Amino acid sequence: MGTTGSQNVGRIPIDDNSILRLQEVTKVFCPGTIDEVKALDNINLDIIAEDFITVIGSNGAGKTTLLNIIAGVYPPERGGKLIVNGRDIANLSEHGHARYVGRVYQDPRTGTAAKMTIAENLSLAIMRGQKRGVGTAITKQRKELFRTVLVPLGLGLEDRLTALVGTLSGGQRQALSLVMATMSKPSLLLLDEHTATLDPKTARIVLELTQMVVSREKMTTVMVTHNMELALRFGNRLLMMHKGKIIVDLNHQQRINLTVSDLVDAFEKASGEQFVDDSVLLSSVDPMTRK
Amino acid sequence: MDIFSNLFPISLYEGLAYGLVAIGVYITFRVLSFPDLTVDGSFPLGGAVVSVLIINGVDPWVGTFTAFLAGMCAGLVTSLLNTALRINALLAGILMMVGLYSVNLMIMGRANIPLLREVTVFDEAAGLFGTDTSTTFSIIFMAALIIIVLAILNWLLRTDIGLALRATGDNEQMVRGLGGNTNLTTILGVSMSNGLVALAGAMIAQNQGFADIGMGIGMIVMGLASVIIGEGIFRPRGITGILLAVVGGAFAYRLFLGIALRLGLPPTDLKLVTAVLVVVVLAIPYIRKRLRHEWVPPAARM
Ligand SMILES: Nc1ncnc2c1ncn2[C@@H]1O[C@H](COP(=O)(O)OP(=O)(O)O)[C@@H](O)[C@H]1O
Ligand SMILES: [Mg+2]
Repeated sequence: MGTTGSQNVGRIPIDDNSILRLQEVTKVFCPGTIDEVKALDNINLDIIAEDFITVIGSNGAGKTTLLNIIAGVYPPERGGKLIVNGRDIANLSEHGHARYVGRVYQDPRTGTAAKMTIAENLSLAIMRGQKRGVGTAITKQRKELFRTVLVPLGLGLEDRLTALVGTLSGGQRQALSLVMATMSKPSLLLLDEHTATLDPKTARIVLELTQMVVSREKMTTVMVTHNMELALRFGNRLLMMHKGKIIVDLNHQQRINLTVSDLVDAFEKASGEQFVDDSVLLSSVDPMTRK
Repeated sequence: MDIFSNLFPISLYEGLAYGLVAIGVYITFRVLSFPDLTVDGSFPLGGAVVSVLIINGVDPWVGTFTAFLAGMCAGLVTSLLNTALRINALLAGILMMVGLYSVNLMIMGRANIPLLREVTVFDEAAGLFGTDTSTTFSIIFMAALIIIVLAILNWLLRTDIGLALRATGDNEQMVRGLGGNTNLTTILGVSMSNGLVALAGAMIAQNQGFADIGMGIGMIVMGLASVIIGEGIFRPRGITGILLAVVGGAFAYRLFLGIALRLGLPPTDLKLVTAVLVVVVLAIPYIRKRLRHEWVPPAARM
């Protein structure tokens, strides 16, 4: 779809170019029980138009919770605000948020409907943020459009519009998810470790596709990753989360020439703790260069 | 006399009439993944509403349509219990089934309403074509009704809202993430389903000449049996194929029951036979996998 930014619904930048502002966002799970956990602790964050933010942090840091709050899966605690175009959408339903937010999940199965065809999945995605009525879902024009958005993936999906999505591989499904999340141009794209379940080669392909789509559509993006190399390589801003807080926020200038060990130092300085998460270190092999 | 005389046309008629129930059950169980047991209450609801209206002099067409609307309302309440009050789908259906028993008795005022001397939609429709109400006419009339219902569903399930409805049963999380209101699609699907089931109840009450408080017992299992048999025999692909297969399944099921009855099975055993049939069909895939030493996860509880 060759649409340009000016035609995008809901992408009207407010004065300071903030796409989304999180204000005093806190999220407590199971309040009042012994399982009580403060997954997000008073987060304040401005997401600026065309930012590509990478988010790292150990397991349980609150990364997924942050994305869920932005996507409206659940609201923040009372007092927390999500401001889009000057309007607080914190208490809008999840489907209400979908107009602003497209999302690719960690599990390819979450982002696609297995028992429906590729064309049907894309038809569902093309109606993002619109009222679904009794118009025919799969028309000739739409099929044309679906082919045009699938061709750049280079996976041959454009010739398999009537194939059930359940018959696709994980990588193909994730690539389809990416198209579905971006094709109707939401203001913000959320990626939650979206290559974590894929084999290294497929992960690399999906990451390349991500980079392509994001730069072509000038998508404002938040990408959660477990991989420090990736977090440094991608995007123009890096957030590090720990125990529900954003403990490091690096802009483009601050990130240049930064290495993984610099990040570990930054973590230890900001959190006052030893860096012990093996999984982050182990997964710091770069899937973009690993063949 | 041949004990199998008339078996085929009667099964055909019943298959078409109960086919409406099967379609309703298909919409909830298969399309929405919403195991809705309201059916046992909404089927007699349809019979109760149309009977009471007819004996009070209301036009049978209006009565039949009102029965359909009453079923929609029952489905609306079930889906609201689930979406607005977060009550588990299975439990919401059971609560409605139990509650509707009293509601149906209230509507009817007694346990049975005979319609033998009343003019029904079958008589009205036969009158329009200048014929008598015969088995053949009942078959044609029901077939026409089924064709209309199937045509509407076949169209609806291919629209944007229909796609959202189907996807709700497949991956609800995805639909919400794409901006679809899954509460709305659930309400739409469950209401439609129960409307069709009540319509079936209304048609059957008028054809058999009475409405009875107990006419809905086991209806959910019969509907499910039809759906499973239809899927098993016809192995359909695509919306049109599936809808036709479900009606075909209802016919095959009634034919099977008809044969069993004429071979001397006491009618009171029918429900047990049906229940066993469903158990067998549901267990076959698991047993097959076990024989191939495949691992099968435990069945869901809720
Ligand atoms: N739905 C939930 N119910 C209860 N606790 C939750 C839920 N979701 C997340 N948590 C808890 O909140 C914390 C943050 O989780 P999460 O945001 O998933 O972390 P991350 O994605 O950074 O690994 C964890 O302690 C997790 O156990
Ligand atoms: Mg996570």
